[in-house]
This record gives sequence, C-alpha cells and structure tokens, in this order.
Amino acid sequence: MWKWLHPYAKAERAYQLCNTLLPYFAVIAVLGILVGWVWGLAFAPADYQQKDSYRIIFIHVPSAIWSMGAYSSMAIAGLVALVWQIRNAQLAVIAIAPVGAAMTVIALLTGAAWGKPMWGAWWVWDARLTSELILLFLYLGVISLYHAFEDKRAGGKAASILALVGVVNLPIIHFSVEWWNTLHQGATITKFDTSAIDSSMFWPLMINILGFAGFLGAVTLIRLKTEILKSEQHRPWVKALAGGK
Amino acid sequence: MIAQNHSYWRVWASVYKKDVRLAFRQRSDIINPLLFFLIVITLFPLGIGPEPNLLARMAPGIIWVAALLATMLGLDKMFRDDYLDGTLEQLMLSPFPLSLSVSAKVAAHWTVTGLPMVILAPLFALLMNLQSQALSAMMLTLLIGTPLLSLIGAIGAGLTVGLQKGGVLLSLLVLPLYIPVLIFATSAIDTASMSLAYGGQLAILGAFLAVAIVLAPIAVSSALKVSIN
Repeated sequence: MWKWLHPYAKAERAYQLCNTLLPYFAVIAVLGILVGWVWGLAFAPADYQQKDSYRIIFIHVPSAIWSMGAYSSMAIAGLVALVWQIRNAQLAVIAIAPVGAAMTVIALLTGAAWGKPMWGAWWVWDARLTSELILLFLYLGVISLYHAFEDKRAGGKAASILALVGVVNLPIIHFSVEWWNTLHQGATITKFDTSAIDSSMFWPLMINILGFAGFLGAVTLIRLKTEILKSEQHRPWVKALAGGK
Repeated sequence: MIAQNHSYWRVWASVYKKDVRLAFRQRSDIINPLLFFLIVITLFPLGIGPEPNLLARMAPGIIWVAALLATMLGLDKMFRDDYLDGTLEQLMLSPFPLSLSVSAKVAAHWTVTGLPMVILAPLFALLMNLQSQALSAMMLTLLIGTPLLSLIGAIGAGLTVGLQKGGVLLSLLVLPLYIPVLIFATSAIDTASMSLAYGGQLAILGAFLAVAIVLAPIAVSSALKVSIN
C-alpha cells in the first residue's frame, strides 16, 4: 500500500489526483443537492406535527453531519502531516478548515431558524448547540493560527497540532455538555434498521447528505489545488501550467 | 557524559526551581494575576447587584471564570522569555526529552499562578457569599482544575510562542479547550452547595488531569519544535 500511496506525497501527483477526483465530487454535489432539495422541499410529505417547518432538516442535518466529518478528516490529515511529515497533508488541513467552518455556521444558522418555531427561541444553551458552537471556535482557532504564522510551513504544522489537540477534546466537550444540559433530540437516523424517520423523508435526507459530502469534497479539492499551487509557485511544473516560460 | 550524571528527576527539579525563582524575583508576575482575579470577582456584584442569594447561586461560575481568565494572563509568558533568550533552544538541544522540561515549566507556572488562587479561594468564596458546605468542593475543584488549566494552556502557549502578537490568538485557542473543566468544576460546586455527593465530577476532573499530565507535555514539546525550527 505504501508503494501505491507514496507518489501522492509529491505535489504534482497530488495536484493531478485532485483534478481527477474533482469532477466526480462536483457531479455528486450538484446532483445530490439538486435532487435532494427538490425532493425534500417540494415533494416529501409534511410532518404531522411540525408541518412544513421540518423541511429545514434537509439542510440542517447534512451540514451538521459534515461539520463533524470535515473536522475528523482535517484531524486525520493533521496526523498524517505530523507523523509522516507530508507537506500535502498540511495543505489539506488548511484546505478543509474554512469549508468545515462554513458547514458549522450553516448548521448553527439553520438550527437557529428551526429552533425559533419549534422551541420558541433562536438559541438555547443545549448540549448539541453548545458543542457545535465550540466546534466552530476550534475551526476558527485552526484557521487563525495558520494565518498568524509568517512561515506557512510552520503555520501548517502548528495548525495540524491544534487540529489533533481539538480532536482529543471534541468527544470530551461533546459528552461534558451532554451531561450538563440537553434539549436537542437524540439521533434519529443512525439506527438504520429501526429508523425513527419515515422512508419518504429518509431517502431525500440521505441524498442530501450525500450531496453535501460531494460539495464538501469538491470545495476542499478546489482549495487544496490552490494551496498546492501557492506553495509550489516557483516550481517548473507550476510555471508550465500557468503558461509561463 | 552529562547524561550519566543527571537523572531525569534532577533535570526536572532544576528547570522547575529556575522558573519558580525567576517568578519570585519578579513578584508582579505572581501578584498581578491574583489582583486581576480579585478585581474580576469584585466587578460581578457591582454588575449584577449585591443580593446575597443571587451571588451565592452564581458564585461557582464566577469564581471559575475568573480563575480561567487569571490563568490566561500568565500563559503568554510561560515560554516567551525562554524563547527570546535562547534557553528554550538549549533545552531542546539537551540530551533529555523536551517534554520533561516542559512539564517542569508547566508545574512552575501552576505553582506561581494556580496554587495562590487555590489558597486565596476561601476569601473569594466569602466575598461571593458561597455556602459553607460548597467551600471544600470549590477548594478541591480548584486544586485539581488549575493544574489542568496550566497544562492545556501550555499547548496554546507553545503554539503561539514564536508569534509577534500571540496574546489574543492564545486565548482564542485555549478558552474553547477549557470548557469541559469549567463545566465539571462548577457542576461539582453546585452539587456540593445542595449538600449532595460530588465525587463523580471530581473523579472526571481527576481523570482529565491524569490524561493531560501524560499527553499535554508531548503536544507542547512538538508545538515548541514547530516554533523554534
């Protein structure tokens, strides 16, 4: 496996891999979100209790899931960057962080919009909400730490360390706030066989989750491409790509 | 050769002694965070009104938040001076693991900022009208919690030591990581003020401390290596 993986530590090969993968992710993103939203927002039946306002689930749940998914991928990239000293993995940490932060913001905002009609408040100090907010702080910490460094190589390493420290803390924060206070409903769709959600809502939700994953991947790949080009800007292959001498 | 004459323990003790001695020669480093702690606590009764029951209800949170902020004050200096005068590089070059000297420095930081807060805590509890049955809980949570604050804070201090304006960034990095400590500590004090058993929360804090003692110095030393190159 190492022989197969090793070439991708080289920036040029990683850049090509990004180019190969990008169309797939982009297609999944566009199709998934388009189909998911149209199905979910227009055709899925209204909830018997929450009426139409439940439909924000089709944005809220995917973004909440991928805000955490993005963090774990960022932390894995950070681990790879620190353990095997692979520069591209550092760039991946930087590429994912703002996308994950955006997902977190979407999850928080849609959650607030959903909370207002359901709980009667935009914000409550509930376990899920608080840990999602802290997740946002962790993302912002990683981003601002990276940008505080003049030397981007050192900044990438520091950001990777912080991402890893954050991943140790994330479950602790999650459970501490859970025991501290809770109002948000528990997981409904993780138990596949005894799903607590009707299949007419389950499938559009799943398609949305897939579409958001594609979106996350596609935007991350675009950002990663830019980061690779920026860090390699004096190399011949980048110059050739840019059409220079 | 040197490595044979020096045990790990002696290296630890000498780094620790050096840091504590330096702090005692610059007393303002010790006194200023404590004064800050006291002033923050004074501000709350002025801000929310001096009603005794309200104060007693809010005391655990206020005291702990003040302790968090007071710990933050000294963090920036934890590695800064050693970084500027080259001591940190020497520690890194020494045949002993950097995490060893890091843990000594963190212990020294706790001795000069955390420990005085623990000792002064009964005074603050009195100011905030905390119930007497909650006093021992507050002392214990501070005793277990403040070393934890120093350990977690050291990670942030290590990451930002090489930066020109690390101060604000440091608090942005560290404060979110302090949240679990705050939650369990205040919940222990709250439980104690209702005369219930608070051993569970203390045990969790103790578990955090045990994990942090082992892992934080490693994280700090790799963070410092990034800053030094």
